[in-house]
Amino acid sequence: MTTSTGRRRGSLLLWHLTALVLLALVSYPVIWTVGSSFKPSDRIVGALDLLPTSPTLANYRRAFEGAAGVSLLRFSLNSVLVAVLSVIGTVGSSSLAAYAFARLRFRGRNLLFTMMISTLLLPFHVMIIPQYIVFNQLGWVDSYLPLLVGKFLATDAFFVFLIVQFMRGLPPELDEAAEIDGCGHWRIYANIVLPLSRPALITASIFSFIWTWNDFLGPLIYLNTPEKYTLPLALRMFIDQTSVSDYGAMVAMSMLALLPVILFFLAFQRYLVSGVATSGLKG
Amino acid sequence: MLDQTVTSGAAAPEPETGTGSRGPRARGAGPSRRGRQVRRREGLAGGLFLGPWLLGLLLLTLGPMLASLYLSFTDYNLFTAPEWVGLDNYRRMFDDERYLTSVRVTMGFVVLATPLKLALALGVAMLLARPRRTQGFYRSAFYAPSLIGASVSIAITWRALFSDDALLDRALQWLGLPAGGWVGDPSRALIVLVLLSVWQFGAPMVIFMAGLQQVPQELYEAAEVDGAGWWRKFAHITLPMLSPVIFFNLLLETIHAFQVFTSAFVVSSPNPGSPADATLVYTLYLYLRGFADFRMGYASAMAWTLLVAIALVTLLLFRTSRFWVHYADGGDR
Repeated sequence: MTTSTGRRRGSLLLWHLTALVLLALVSYPVIWTVGSSFKPSDRIVGALDLLPTSPTLANYRRAFEGAAGVSLLRFSLNSVLVAVLSVIGTVGSSSLAAYAFARLRFRGRNLLFTMMISTLLLPFHVMIIPQYIVFNQLGWVDSYLPLLVGKFLATDAFFVFLIVQFMRGLPPELDEAAEIDGCGHWRIYANIVLPLSRPALITASIFSFIWTWNDFLGPLIYLNTPEKYTLPLALRMFIDQTSVSDYGAMVAMSMLALLPVILFFLAFQRYLVSGVATSGLKG
Repeated sequence: MLDQTVTSGAAAPEPETGTGSRGPRARGAGPSRRGRQVRRREGLAGGLFLGPWLLGLLLLTLGPMLASLYLSFTDYNLFTAPEWVGLDNYRRMFDDERYLTSVRVTMGFVVLATPLKLALALGVAMLLARPRRTQGFYRSAFYAPSLIGASVSIAITWRALFSDDALLDRALQWLGLPAGGWVGDPSRALIVLVLLSVWQFGAPMVIFMAGLQQVPQELYEAAEVDGAGWWRKFAHITLPMLSPVIFFNLLLETIHAFQVFTSAFVVSSPNPGSPADATLVYTLYLYLRGFADFRMGYASAMAWTLLVAIALVTLLLFRTSRFWVHYADGGDR
């Protein structure tokens, strides 16, 4: 009996050790970035130490000055604007489509649903060139419209699918009862199904925010003037301008760009992880 | 077929998230007039609720797809009208050294990154499968890179960690291993991108964990009674029971890997694809052709070739799946 508990304790120790080593490896790049953002610029690349020996805020001061005469605040506000509008558009349009797929019965529904799922697997690059040509002809290039229109038309099927999966789980008696009471579909959707779908809507909002916040290709193609740049584009401009000379400010700016995502993650990790587990897509 | 795979692969904890093609309710099944009326009303409502999505599908997905198919048979630079050139763009790709390089680079990336990422995801999922108090913490911590891995910020970190004489080099020297730069070394630069992708193993890991929860514990207990060891339990219970989830993750991760862009762009910035085109992934070259050279016709041909390649790989995976994917319900496919 003592050997078996000894062995069990040994395997438990091994488990904790393995998990900790993995955790150290996985979190190292992030911790290194945090630490480096407080180090003098010339002590970043090639320095093995994680934490700064003489912490400084100089990097952040330079980062706040921004790039190309545009302040970091401007870039951040641009990013917030695009991300918030994207969340509103995505959740609104996706929940409408999800309601139809999950709760209504009409001819061609299964075919349309299959089409919706297939668009999940389509490479975005097949669409970007014609989309660019059209937006260019509409005179929308160098505005936020090309980045937002798709969000209001539920083009990212992931979100529709996520919400459909949730709405299917709601008891059908709810809308039957409401229908007998004379509620139309709009009222069933707005007053019954939508409030009950809150967990899925929250998950969709967070994912939508984070993906738009990190999006690089869209802004890269459509935005030309630095005043309109979002944070990822500003960062890219910063690398190209300063090359390796000002690593400190670059890392500080990276940190600031990551901060909202990290905060969102810490606040809503439960929703995010269960969102991936149930819908099983992207991430 | 596709939607069923998605839902069965997702292994959702709630049993009510059934298959995609399931009818919603038994209501309206009767032949009564009222039933027909309800259905007509639902048809109208369905159209209205689906409106925005349908518009997006037609204007921003299907329309552009057809347009790029047409453009792929033309020469078009945005400023003069498209000129029909037949299959020239497709023929030109085979003589384009940089194009062929980008295909090789992408294949290398897909073949290295996807299996490594999935193996790590499965390994860690199994490690975390046994419920402990710290399980939730580790699950979240390992998932976090999947959220930030595609950002420019993390690509910059990777660049710094792997640039010449930087952290990794120092560490290798300290261990007495050959160093000498990663980002600047054509034979090793792609590994930087692969490692960045593998670092994001958290998303498939979470899906694997959900799948592992569905494996009946009795199977392991029965196997233990029969004296099966760790390896036999893994090979004869875990792998077959998890094979639908493995298939699902493999499909998604492969498709994603084909489309890697931001990390390659930033790590090789300011010369996309550098050093010596070692990180010139397919989408990066497509971007350069389309938006730096304004060869919209050629770029469209590249996009459609990518689409066909991804479709073929998907088909191939589905074809092979019947030999190694087991469905618990006996499988009607």
